Amino acid sequence: MLLRNDEVKHIAELARIGLDEKEIEKFSTDLSSILDFVEQLKEVDIDKAEAMAHITGLENITREDKNRDFENVSGIKKLFPEEKGGYDKVKSVL
Amino acid sequence: MIRELHEKLIKGEITSVELTEKYFDAVEKKDKDLNAYLTLTKDLAMEQAKKVDEKIKNGEKIELLEGIPGAIKDVLCTKGIRTTAGSKILDSYIAPFDATAIKKLKENGAVILGKTNLDEFAMGSSTENSAYGPTKNPHDLERVPGGTSGGSAAAIAADMAAWALGSDTGGSCRQPASLCGVVGMKPTYGRVSRYGLIAAASSFDQVGTLTHSVEDAAIVLSAISGQDRHDATSAHSSDKKFEDYLDGKIKGVKIGVVKEYLEGLKEDVRKVMEAVVEKYKKLGAEIVYIDMPYNKYALPAYYIIQPSEVSSNLARFDGVKYGLRADDEKDNQAENEFGLPKTLLETYLDTRCYGLGAEAKRRIMLGTYALSAGYYEAFYVRAQKVRTLIKKDFERVFQEVDVILTPTTTAPAFKIGEKADDPLQMYLEDIFTVTANITGVPAISVPAGTVEREGKKLPIGFQLMGKWFDEEGLFRAAHAYEISQ
Repeated sequence: MLLRNDEVKHIAELARIGLDEKEIEKFSTDLSSILDFVEQLKEVDIDKAEAMAHITGLENITREDKNRDFENVSGIKKLFPEEKGGYDKVKSVL
Repeated sequence: MIRELHEKLIKGEITSVELTEKYFDAVEKKDKDLNAYLTLTKDLAMEQAKKVDEKIKNGEKIELLEGIPGAIKDVLCTKGIRTTAGSKILDSYIAPFDATAIKKLKENGAVILGKTNLDEFAMGSSTENSAYGPTKNPHDLERVPGGTSGGSAAAIAADMAAWALGSDTGGSCRQPASLCGVVGMKPTYGRVSRYGLIAAASSFDQVGTLTHSVEDAAIVLSAISGQDRHDATSAHSSDKKFEDYLDGKIKGVKIGVVKEYLEGLKEDVRKVMEAVVEKYKKLGAEIVYIDMPYNKYALPAYYIIQPSEVSSNLARFDGVKYGLRADDEKDNQAENEFGLPKTLLETYLDTRCYGLGAEAKRRIMLGTYALSAGYYEAFYVRAQKVRTLIKKDFERVFQEVDVILTPTTTAPAFKIGEKADDPLQMYLEDIFTVTANITGVPAISVPAGTVEREGKKLPIGFQLMGKWFDEEGLFRAAHAYEISQ
C-alpha cells in the first residue's frame, strides 16, 4: 500500500507536525511498509467479533461529581512557556 | 536481593545512607559508558535514606522495600524533578506532582536514586530513540539494552540500582530484561495506577518492574499496585503481598507451550528455550502443547491500535501549556503572507517539528491516518475486533493451562544502529511480548541462559504469561524455575 508524498503532507498537517521535504520522502516509504505489514489483518474473519472496548471488562467506575483543588498550582504555572500576569500567553488562534 | 539488603539493614551491617552512597559510586564509575541515567536525585535519595536509618536506630520496624535504593524510568512523573519521557519537547519539564506508583514507593520508604533513559515517549525497542543518546548494553557496549525501559534494565544489569520501575506498552519491561539478563515484569492491565505515567497508548500501558530476581519483582509490585481514584481503569485492590506466594511449588502446574514458536527460532536460542521446558518438566510441571491461531495477528493489530492511541495522547505536546515552545525564524517576522500576525497553528507545527523525534512522528502520523475518515472502519475497528478474537483465544487456552511459556525475544541484543533505519524490523522485536498487552494479561521475562554472538556471551530470557489478575500464580511459576538454577 503506497502512501504518496501529498498524502503524507496532508496527514502531517492534520497531526500538526511540521515536516521538511526530506522527511516527507522518508515517512512516505516508512508508513507504506508499515501499512503493508498491517494489511494481513484483512485475512481474518471478523464477522462475529465485537470490537474490544475494555480489556479486563471493568465498568461503571464512578466517583462523586465534585471538583478538587490540585495540590500544586504554582508548580503548573511555573511551566508556562510564556507567562503574563499569572496567565499562559499564546499566539492568536486566527 | 531486596530481602538480603533488608536483612543487612535491620542487623545494622550497613545503613541505608551507606547503601545509597554505594549505588551512587557505582553510577559514577559505570554510567559514563552506559548512559542509563538521565537525572540523579541525590538530595531526595539521601533525605529518604536518612529517615529510614533514623527509624532503624529507634528500633522501629521497617518494611522490605524501606531504605532500598532503586531507579525510575523517566516516563513517571516525580514531583519537583525533571521528567523528560526521553523527549526534547519535555526537556525542561519539572513534574508538579508524583505519579501514584512513585507516591506509593515514597510511602513505602523506598530510596529513589534517579531517572533512567528510555525511547522517546516509550516507543521503540532499543532505547536508541531517546533524545539524550542511546543506553548501552552492559554485556556488550556495542549492543542495545533493548527498550523502551533500556535505562532501567541496564541499571539493574550493571548493579547501579537494587530495583527499577519501567513501563510496558508492547514489551518495554520484558524485552530489555531479556536482552540485559534481568527479570522484567508487566502486571495485569489495571493492577497498577497509570496516573502520572506519561501516556503512550492508554489501553496497553502498565507500570512494570526490572529487578535482579523474581522475588524482587513481587516485592516492588506489592508496593505499587492497587486501585486509585486518579485512574478509572485501575482495578480493585487485593492488597496481596505477592512475595508471600513464592513457595517453590510447581508440581502439577500446567504450562502451555506453542510448538511453532520454538521451532521458528535459531538453533542456539531454541536449545536454550527447550532446556527451560525440560527443566520445568523435571520440576514436575505438566507441559501442554497449545494452539493459538490468532496470535500471529497480535503484532499487526497492535501497530494500528497503539499508534492510534499515541496520536491522541501526544496531541497535548503542542507548546501551549508546558514543555518546549518553538517559533522558527520566519515566525519572528510580525506578519504572514496575508499581512496578519503569525498564529497559534505555526507554533504547533514548529514545536512538534523540532520537539519530537522520528519515531514519535511516525506513530502519530500512522495513528492519524488509521483514525481518519474513510479508514477508521478498515483499520481501527477491524484491529479492535481482532483484539477480541485474540483475547478469546487466551480465555480458551487458560481453561486448560495455568501459564503460557514463550521466548521473550527471538534473539539476543542486536548492535546499536542495526535496526535504526528500518522501523518494521524494530517492531518485530515485540512479536512475543505484545500479545500480553493486547490481552491485558500479566507476563514476566526471566533469564533463560546465554547464546554466543561474535565471541560474546549474551543473555536471553523466556516469558511466562499468566491469567488475568493471577500475578501470584505467575510469580510462583517463574520463581520455581529461578531457584532451581
